Amino acid sequence: MTDRINNFLEVKDLCVDFKSDDSISHAVKGVSFTLQYGEILALVGESGSGKSVTALSILQLLPYPAASHPSGQILLENEDVLQMKSARLRQIRGNRVSMIFQEPMTSLNPLHCIEKQIREVLLLHRGLKGSAATDRVVELLELVGIPKPRTRLKSYPHELSGGQRQRVMIAMALANEPDLLIADEPTTALDVTIQAQILNLLLELREKLGMAILLITHDLNIVKRYSDRVCVMTNGEIVECADTPQLFHKPKHPYSQSLLGAEPSGNPIPVHPEAELILATQALNVWFPIKKGVLNRVVDHVKAANDISIKVHQGQTLGVVGESGSGKTTLGLALLRLIRSDGEINFFGQSINQFNQDRMRPLRRDIQVVFQDPFGSLSPRMSIGEIIGEGLKVHEANNVSGHEARIITALEEVGLHPETRHRYPHEFSGGQRQRIAIARALILKPRLIILDEPTSALDRTVQCQIVDLLRDLQAKYQISYIFISHDLAVVRALSHDMIVMKEGHVVEQGSAEQLFSNPQQPYTQALISAAFQ
Amino acid sequence: MIISKIKLNPINQRRLQLFKAHKRGYYSLWLFLVIFLLTLGAEFISNDKPVVVYFDSDFYMPVFKIYPETAFGGEFETEADYRDPFVEELINEKGWMLWPLVRYSYDTINYALEQPAPSPPSGENWLGTDDQARDVLARVIYGFRISVLFGLILTLVSSVVGVIVGAIQGFYGGKIDLFGQRFIEIWGSIPRLYLLIILSSIVMPNFWWLLAIMLLFSWMALVDVVRAEFLRGRNLEYVRAARALGVANRDIMYKHILPNAMVATMTFLPFILTGAITTLTALDFLGFGLPPGSPSLGELVAQGKANLQAPWLGISAFAVLSLMLTLLVFIGEAARDAFDPRKTLS
Repeated sequence: MTDRINNFLEVKDLCVDFKSDDSISHAVKGVSFTLQYGEILALVGESGSGKSVTALSILQLLPYPAASHPSGQILLENEDVLQMKSARLRQIRGNRVSMIFQEPMTSLNPLHCIEKQIREVLLLHRGLKGSAATDRVVELLELVGIPKPRTRLKSYPHELSGGQRQRVMIAMALANEPDLLIADEPTTALDVTIQAQILNLLLELREKLGMAILLITHDLNIVKRYSDRVCVMTNGEIVECADTPQLFHKPKHPYSQSLLGAEPSGNPIPVHPEAELILATQALNVWFPIKKGVLNRVVDHVKAANDISIKVHQGQTLGVVGESGSGKTTLGLALLRLIRSDGEINFFGQSINQFNQDRMRPLRRDIQVVFQDPFGSLSPRMSIGEIIGEGLKVHEANNVSGHEARIITALEEVGLHPETRHRYPHEFSGGQRQRIAIARALILKPRLIILDEPTSALDRTVQCQIVDLLRDLQAKYQISYIFISHDLAVVRALSHDMIVMKEGHVVEQGSAEQLFSNPQQPYTQALISAAFQ
Repeated sequence: MIISKIKLNPINQRRLQLFKAHKRGYYSLWLFLVIFLLTLGAEFISNDKPVVVYFDSDFYMPVFKIYPETAFGGEFETEADYRDPFVEELINEKGWMLWPLVRYSYDTINYALEQPAPSPPSGENWLGTDDQARDVLARVIYGFRISVLFGLILTLVSSVVGVIVGAIQGFYGGKIDLFGQRFIEIWGSIPRLYLLIILSSIVMPNFWWLLAIMLLFSWMALVDVVRAEFLRGRNLEYVRAARALGVANRDIMYKHILPNAMVATMTFLPFILTGAITTLTALDFLGFGLPPGSPSLGELVAQGKANLQAPWLGISAFAVLSLMLTLLVFIGEAARDAFDPRKTLS
């Protein structure tokens, strides 16, 4: 691998500016790094640190002319990419250098079958046609581990799972045996067990084809296990570049240290042994009917959640884990009575599963929710004060004068400045928005908060802050949480009890400690080993 | 300016800037507003009565009040005809009259024409007269006002109805949506022009009748857009969060989803307005619109067609209609750009 001394890629003092309405933002400020043949270099950093922008500049895929490079060079085998004509660039893109993106759902064209999409790449750069192209497609699909590739040729993207789609993307990227593969968060949208498969596949392919990989990610576990060297980026600058073991063993720069130290830690606060039972379900089912035929008869059900029995005591956290599509969110919505369900939901001794909206309304102040996407869960047209105060308007309409003070207290409790109540959501970062969402849930002093992946869209350091905040609030107000997440590290830091869900069923259930130390079911074991290797 | 004093949220500030940046649309809006405000006071610009009469150390406002001729020392108990040289003389003896710019109202017949009507433009009738010897400029001024008012009212009412229907269909979905959509499909496939013609031959249509009849069909324009926005909006996370807070459906629709739908609605409005004006003109042209004698642009177009030897009729109507519609389309374009989230100030 190292018999060629030259660096394949050399980025020197690269700057990227973005022009918007009337201001210029410097997204990347003088970044330099090198990449050798066959090496895996990881570019890590939190969102907004400029790592994706750096990667996209290598292929000149930024939205020019809004983006510009005031200075710098990107030498690809001693040829400057920034000076290339577009015809020369096209020869390189997808041929010498390929790229895979984060979201497998949107990076494949939904209207073409996968064979056609892969053949397009082959035709463009190699002129392969007919059965030769088909054979190559099959070969590629085999290479990336798609079972029975010949039968899959005519499949459309929606017929494949997320992991399979990402494999197809990789097959497309590999079609012309590139020397460099840029993988921009290749596994972020995938479940942990599939993440491991995809990354192992990349390692394997590196061995087979001898290509270099530029891996862009915010996930340090991945970096640790798969990369040779790491560059840490923050605020558009590389603060530290080192060999992976060295960096993890002894980070030099303070930012790297804080990044590496950011692991959700601590243990859940012990629950009072005689804590009151707040929520209990008995054989809760959420079934969506499948209707067919002229008369719309119900022929079958999609069983999104099946036979679920849980108990939550005051001040206790119930972790709900599972991969995407396992019914975690559905369960949360059913408990909130936002979707129809069958079975018993007992909240404070009241059986609420048959309550209509009006009867639910007074109970809503005791059971609140925080959603995953901090960008989608705040109405963009309302100020922060209005968003947080909305619950007060519903439940304490006759005491308007006290609202302002309550909003200020709520903001302070989640660690935001009271003045922020006059601003609008788009002015805040993801972590701040999630704090606002928590403040909205908190202001009514609920007994139970359902947290639906509250940390998944956040960077690790911010995740830790949110986890600490949640734990403090729990200690202060004895709130119970139902914590839905696929991120086991976060769940472990907060949960007393835990259920593991798969395909709408509870696979395993018990105290969190016991589940983490001694998982019984193979599925739980796989999940835990994928997360904590 | 008033606009700058109102505290706008950042999104609307950006929109206002975008709107202003669209120069053509921005100036069109001002020009349109000036013309519209002037024509709103058409009685002060173009009338067969003076605005103010000073007579015998008293002030009279004939625009607002009817004075008998006897008030000025005449002989008849009927309303004074200020254009009558006899009355003019009476008043000028003991005072003065302040006339509007154009001394004709839309229905004033100029009996003093030197040639048979329609007469060509002259110093007295700047745009000539129509075939009943009425001043074309006066009719155009009043016609502009009635067209725009008709369009505005129709647009406003049909938007309100359309938004409400669309919101209910989209928000509740299910059976309500299903039956609503089927009803709209059937209702929308009725040939509306023929129905308008039949209805207007049963009742003698005045302004309000026409408005009501056209409203029967025009409310559907916005339903689909708003419904789609609500279908999308009801599953947004902040809408779910509001439901989890126990906010009532009506408030969720109004406060959380409607602002999203308003973007689509506002973008559509100027085009609905031009559509409404065009329909009214078309009906007037066919003779099924406003009652005979009303100042209507469509009727002027019809006269132009009937009197090809008098091109000032057709040309005046054409110029006014195209000016009005062009301005509205330009404003609509600017509004569309202003609401476009991808558009950046350049």
